[in-house]
Amino acid sequence: MSAYAQPHPRFSVLSSSSLSSAELLSPSNSSARFSLPSAPSITTATGAPKPLSRPNIYDRPLNKTRTTEVSASAFAFMFSEVVQYMQKRVSGINDLERRLNTLGYRLGTRVLELMVWRAESTSKAPKREIRFLPALMSIHTNVWKAVFGKPADAIEKSVENEDEYMIIDNDPIVTRNISIPRDMSQLSCSSFTAGIVEAVLDGLGFPARVTAHNTPNETYPSRTTILIKLEKSVLEREELFK
Amino acid sequence: MAIFALWVINKAGGLVYQRNFAEGLAQLTSNEYLVLAGTLHGIHAITSRLSPTGSSSGAHVIEAETFKLTILLTATGTKFVLITSLAEPSANSVLQKVYEAYADAVMKNPFHTPEMPIRTEGFDARITALIGSGHT
Repeated sequence: MSAYAQPHPRFSVLSSSSLSSAELLSPSNSSARFSLPSAPSITTATGAPKPLSRPNIYDRPLNKTRTTEVSASAFAFMFSEVVQYMQKRVSGINDLERRLNTLGYRLGTRVLELMVWRAESTSKAPKREIRFLPALMSIHTNVWKAVFGKPADAIEKSVENEDEYMIIDNDPIVTRNISIPRDMSQLSCSSFTAGIVEAVLDGLGFPARVTAHNTPNETYPSRTTILIKLEKSVLEREELFK
Repeated sequence: MAIFALWVINKAGGLVYQRNFAEGLAQLTSNEYLVLAGTLHGIHAITSRLSPTGSSSGAHVIEAETFKLTILLTATGTKFVLITSLAEPSANSVLQKVYEAYADAVMKNPFHTPEMPIRTEGFDARITALIGSGHT
């Protein structure tokens, strides 16, 4: 009987059964829930092993897909299905936003790793953002460019609260084709993007609560604000740096 | 030259979207629109069998004395019907753009149930941007 503690809900879990990981990952296990790319077996029946016809996805160089693009329509359909799937299983708008946030979080951890690796792995002196404002700037430009292909539209600092910052996107790609019905006007499907930002901030060492809000104006009816509320520890640390 | 109205009819023959633009058509109740759309759906199905030149997917343009109906039948059975004045030349291209707006703003919207009446703001906005007041 394995003694796995319940993993953090933000991390994807292959299955919650008590099978050992070796059993889970074996390609011959018919109860595995995910299909794994099957590496050709070394111990084939007769003769020399066949050469690999094409590289396994895990062996592919990470920079290979740096500039590839994904069909916006394909993403829109998949995201629409994600939202519909969640709608059947949630208890309200806040729960739906939270789940979209969690989904974005899982994406954000991977985006951060890939982005930092691609930017710094070839340099002689890889650097890491330790102050908050440069980290925020890097999110505003690099993360948005890596995920959406263009930098975000604005960064703002809240005047009322010391710990609140905002990233503004005038026409978020994720929600371009989504029309929220009138009775759910508080919902913002950009909670997905907020989750991505939250994961990147967590990974860089700036824990925060990130939420998305619709803030339309005349020129941009779908303008969205990603609100970042930093935790006290971050503010205290920034004070020490000064 | 004017565009009078746009109807979208689902694959079962039910009217899912109806909107008037330029004046010129009689004002009908929503029930009458539903009946007319269902009738058109039936007639369209019959016309696909009446073609003198072999296989046909149904009537494309139906002309009357003061207006014409242009029908775009999609691969999934949805019909986009544009009611315009007789001289309007752009009915086909407008219908193609309406179809594109439908694919974007309606089909990708998670809050829309397929084959149900369209109550999507994004679609309304795009149709307004496309057709406007209907006067060309």
